[in-house]
Amino acid sequence: MSRWQHVVPSGIVAAVGIWVCWISYTQQPAQAFLFPRLISTVFVVLALWTFGKAVLGWSRVGDGISRRIFINIAPGLLVLLIYVFWAARALGFYTAGTLAFFILLSLYDPAPHSEAKSWIKRAAITLGFLGVMYGLFAGVLNVFTPREVLFQ
Amino acid sequence: MEFIGYFGEVFQPVSFMLLLIGTIGGLILGATPGLSPTMAVALLIPFTFQLEAAQGLILLGAAYTSTVAGGAVSAILLKIPGAPANIATTLDGHTMAKQGRGAEALQLSFLASAVGGVFGVFLLIFLTPVLAQWALAFGPSHLFWLAILGVTVIGTLDSNSVVKGLLSGCIGMWLATIGFDDIMGAQRFIFHPELSGGINIIPALIGLFAIPQVLTMFARGREPSGAEVLAVQRHPIRKAIGETLRRYKSLILGTGIGSFIGLIPGVGGQIAGLVAYDQARKFSSERRKFGTGHSEGVIAAESANNAMVGPSLVPLLTLSVPGSPTAAVLLGGLLIHGIFPGSDLFDNHPDVAWTFINSMLVGQILMCIFGLYVAGLAARVAQVPQSVMAALVLGLAVFGSYSVQNSMGDVYVMAALGVGMYFLERFGFAAAPLVLGLILGPIAEANFIQGSMIADATTGRLTYFFGGALNLALIGIVLASVIYSAWMEIRQRRIDRKDEEALA
Repeated sequence: MSRWQHVVPSGIVAAVGIWVCWISYTQQPAQAFLFPRLISTVFVVLALWTFGKAVLGWSRVGDGISRRIFINIAPGLLVLLIYVFWAARALGFYTAGTLAFFILLSLYDPAPHSEAKSWIKRAAITLGFLGVMYGLFAGVLNVFTPREVLFQ
Repeated sequence: MEFIGYFGEVFQPVSFMLLLIGTIGGLILGATPGLSPTMAVALLIPFTFQLEAAQGLILLGAAYTSTVAGGAVSAILLKIPGAPANIATTLDGHTMAKQGRGAEALQLSFLASAVGGVFGVFLLIFLTPVLAQWALAFGPSHLFWLAILGVTVIGTLDSNSVVKGLLSGCIGMWLATIGFDDIMGAQRFIFHPELSGGINIIPALIGLFAIPQVLTMFARGREPSGAEVLAVQRHPIRKAIGETLRRYKSLILGTGIGSFIGLIPGVGGQIAGLVAYDQARKFSSERRKFGTGHSEGVIAAESANNAMVGPSLVPLLTLSVPGSPTAAVLLGGLLIHGIFPGSDLFDNHPDVAWTFINSMLVGQILMCIFGLYVAGLAARVAQVPQSVMAALVLGLAVFGSYSVQNSMGDVYVMAALGVGMYFLERFGFAAAPLVLGLILGPIAEANFIQGSMIADATTGRLTYFFGGALNLALIGIVLASVIYSAWMEIRQRRIDRKDEEALA
């Protein structure tokens, strides 16, 4: 794993730490930021330590993100982010959830994509998922989700 | 013996049904690789909202207990530990299954789990009220240090890097300060309107434990699980009982080690199982048989990982300091019902506390009875493709987070924390200390502010927070855990370097 793989995340953590520390020491009323000051001081010291180690190439803990892992994760992560940050509200929880489930299943299912049988199986599993989710959350827990089923 | 008076509550129809659902469901969930006990309990919390506090805790407690034991099913039949706590079980359990002794290995694992589990719960029953009385003497400074201790111990012992473990704890404590300050009403770190109410603990827990697991499953791509379920032949249970009793030394050793390790915050079932396995081998007259399908290996490992369940809840119920990530999730389950654990829990809510503890005792017996019947089904569920499991867990995480208070903000927080945690974990940061920081942060802050006010009016902050035997003892433990972990890390690095040099 390259040194930069450690430098980037520890740099982001250090930047967040410095920002938290800056806000804690500059915002008012001071009494409200007493505890954040204490925490952020330790936070920034540890974050800079970690960042320094990463820059010097001394960071050894963690496997990092290999090219293969990144390629494997990217489509699923994209579906996850679109599902959570857009589709769930825009299309409704059940529609978006069902679509996301089916897309993820199709993306990561090792069964051949050229056979009609495997597509029927995926569709059946997805319908089962919709049934279980609707039964549990709408039926048992009475959760009212945005747009409910099919944009209603 | 106050607990006996509350046994009837466990056998109320709804409570007992929940106990059964939690036990059987937990066995199946536990057998599923990738679904850790912590994640299983976190995903179950939304289902407890409409239940009474005691009933909700019965469900969560039963799931916790039986997921730990259920992990042995996939460890034995698939050579894939259902949870880290079951790693030691694979060493002899799977070899037994390959020899056609899968049923015997499962019977031994459930019997040993039940014995260890029952002993552990008895420790919880007898230690908790004593410690709760002792905890009454704790003032704000002690509770502040105790919260710091909880984060530090988990941050140092449960992480591969001391600095990154402590940093994770700090990030958690900072996240806990987001929102309006309780005393002054000031806005703190609210960079999005959805965060004005602060970070709700349940969606955060779901995100931090479930989403990294979903992404880990994505990372494997489209590779098939490749696990093959070994056939289970019939085996008379009385023979397994006889074998368990004959191997009493391993049973006692495993139970004792598991119980002791359970009491130490931050040291999980994985350590309990491996240490018990190692010690049982050292003390056994048949130590050469270990690793070749020897019953003592299964008995020691499984009695230990279930024995730690009860004691791991002692710090939570007496001092409101969760000793493990799963205990932290259970604390979330208590808080949503308006119950604050601590020294007065047994005075204010004895029905809830004792019903919960008693249900864990009954749950251990049920787990032993149903374990063998559910094992076959659980092993089949463990073969469910990763793609289905990942999509299902994601769906449950989104719906579960939303159902907490019907808020999209909670879903965004869940996803953001989960995705962030996955990437942080890839670089050596740990979820457990972050969760502990998030949960213990408000406890630490409230006691720090209260302590500061008392100190300003009396002895001064330095004397107040750093004076007195109890404060010094707690600070000593904090420092000892940091120094010990740092020393272990340096030692491990030296060993790694020597290995690298030898290979070169």
